[in-house]
Amino acid sequence: MDQIALLIAATLNSGTVLAFGALGLLINERAGIVNLGAEGMMLVAAVAGFAVAVHTGNEWAAFGAGAVAGGVMAAAFGVLVIWLNTNQYATGLALSLFGAGFSAFVGIRYTQEKLGERASFHIPYLADVPFFGPAFFRQHPMVYLAIGLTIAIAWFLYRSRAGLVLRAVGESPESAHALGYPVRRIRLAAVVVGGALCGVAGAYISVVYTHLWVEGMIAGKGWIALALTTFATWRPARVLLGAYLFGGVTMLQFQLQGEGVQLPSQFLSMLPYLSTILVLVLISRNVSFIRINMPASIGKPFFPG
Amino acid sequence: MLRLEPRPEASRAMSIASPLIALAITVVIGTLLFVMLGKDPLRGLAVFFVEPLRSSYALTELAMKATPLLLVALGLAVCFRSNVWNIGAEGQFIVGAIGASGIAMLATPSTGGWFFIPVLLGAVVGGMLWAAIVALLRDRFNANEILVSLMLVYVAEQLLNYLVYGPWKDPNGYNFPQTITFLKATQIPKLFTGYRINIGAPLALLAAGAFWVLLFRTYAGFRLQVGGLAPAAARYAGFSSRSALWTTLLLSGAMAGLAGGLEVAGPLGQLTPHVPAGYGFAAIIVAFVGRLHPIGIVLSAILMSMFYIGGELAQSRLGLPQSLTGVFQGLLLFTLLACDTLIAYRVRWKPARSDVAAVPAAPRAAASSLAASIEAELNPVIASTTLPARGGS
Repeated sequence: MDQIALLIAATLNSGTVLAFGALGLLINERAGIVNLGAEGMMLVAAVAGFAVAVHTGNEWAAFGAGAVAGGVMAAAFGVLVIWLNTNQYATGLALSLFGAGFSAFVGIRYTQEKLGERASFHIPYLADVPFFGPAFFRQHPMVYLAIGLTIAIAWFLYRSRAGLVLRAVGESPESAHALGYPVRRIRLAAVVVGGALCGVAGAYISVVYTHLWVEGMIAGKGWIALALTTFATWRPARVLLGAYLFGGVTMLQFQLQGEGVQLPSQFLSMLPYLSTILVLVLISRNVSFIRINMPASIGKPFFPG
Repeated sequence: MLRLEPRPEASRAMSIASPLIALAITVVIGTLLFVMLGKDPLRGLAVFFVEPLRSSYALTELAMKATPLLLVALGLAVCFRSNVWNIGAEGQFIVGAIGASGIAMLATPSTGGWFFIPVLLGAVVGGMLWAAIVALLRDRFNANEILVSLMLVYVAEQLLNYLVYGPWKDPNGYNFPQTITFLKATQIPKLFTGYRINIGAPLALLAAGAFWVLLFRTYAGFRLQVGGLAPAAARYAGFSSRSALWTTLLLSGAMAGLAGGLEVAGPLGQLTPHVPAGYGFAAIIVAFVGRLHPIGIVLSAILMSMFYIGGELAQSRLGLPQSLTGVFQGLLLFTLLACDTLIAYRVRWKPARSDVAAVPAAPRAAASSLAASIEAELNPVIASTTLPARGGS
């Protein structure tokens, strides 16, 4: 029982990383922009957040630094893609490749550092409930924040006027432009917010999740977050569920390793990647299902003339 | 106010100038970076752009690093030209190295010097196999090839780790995660004695020639590219997007696998967890900087090889981290993409907002001719495809 409670807790924790990243990417994809640079943004943000945490000891400042790092990188990407009409895939890839190199370069002096164990969080009373306490109520505040953010984004997209405009920009930039909305600026804003959330995810990994910085430590989580938006057919609640699902797969791998399952650890380490492929295959099989839900202008440049 | 104005026709001059401008910008940023790090910028630049050309030994090393980049990038260029986004060449490279190693370990002391041929065939088959998974999932299940090919990189890394930590570990290797050192017979023949360079380099140049013929002198190559330029036209002409998908992926998988085999049976001589050196990712940059054109790719592979060697030298001579290579590579691609805008547009100075009323009906036409010109120059996607769905239903 305790084992299961701990597994749930760990799942929520690792799912939170993916949730922040994927929710951010969801926002910019809803505006019609695919940013393949998620992995690079998360890497640079992980270093930035870690460095700030080392120097200030303040987690929230670290998340802020991660958000700024992600936002700045996304802004560079956004200007190229939105104003200079560069190819979104190629530019995103460039961002990922640059981020991998840059984070390794900047992070080299932090590879020896380790953050102290943080104080554990307890929600008064609830944390003491058997099973449910350790499973749900002893988490880092960011875990609850991710849930709140999901609700906020869902409300924003489907209940607010600004969200409607954002979706309009993603579905038909020409129509939004004709109505007088500044399509490019809206897209840039969406891209920057997306980058900032990826940045928070990156900082969360290095600061809360591992307490250390290792070169290439994001290990594909940025790409999995990208895949998640497709799995979730661009819906916030499904993104969150998907994030927990993949968080669970990652944790299951450690759990199985810990229990001495007779399978080489390398095959267990493949699990998150293999399950991403598997889910991608299952979801994509139905072409029309994807197409109905996909923002219509996704990946296409918009040139207002 | 600076404004971009679509050119009536894509500029050929700019398509050649753009990589040079991008390189210049990267060098300027690099210089600033050296100054910021408190290093002599001239020495820093010399390490990247002069040292790798200094001696005949340095030149052969340069060619040797350029070889895998060239091979992988050639395959990727065909993929990108036909709008297939294989970005998992790193994984295909690894599985190629695994395939080559599997064959190489079968050699016995009596094996003849021809054995490198089956070794390389093993590499090609390994790379193709890994790419075939991507093609199959895309073809049968419409799974996005970007994500699948990338996820398979991580899977390939784990597969490699499993082999060198497990069944293929050298029993006399002091428990290091590596295979036995391959027998002499499996070694890729060297070009000169005293140098590490082997027949891989001329082979890669030959491949560049072959790809030029394929792309620009054969009907098959033409068909592949039409699918990327104008999917609707390709469908109308009856060119199968499925066969383009399979052909390009298998071809690029074979090239990446071959590069992996040449590495592992060449300079490395054994399979270790350090086989993946990022060539598969760097080759993406090589392909774009080389304009997806075989001749351009030869040049950009040499340039990128200078970045690699420069990074190593920067570490030993200037005490800078080797990851500087990755910074410069990423910067180069980023600036290149920005400069490529100049191919389809020109920058015009216009008084702010006076143009709003001036062009009433033109935008649609401009936008569509623009789309055509970008497609013609850059080839990969842009206007035609979207993340998931491929082709018509």
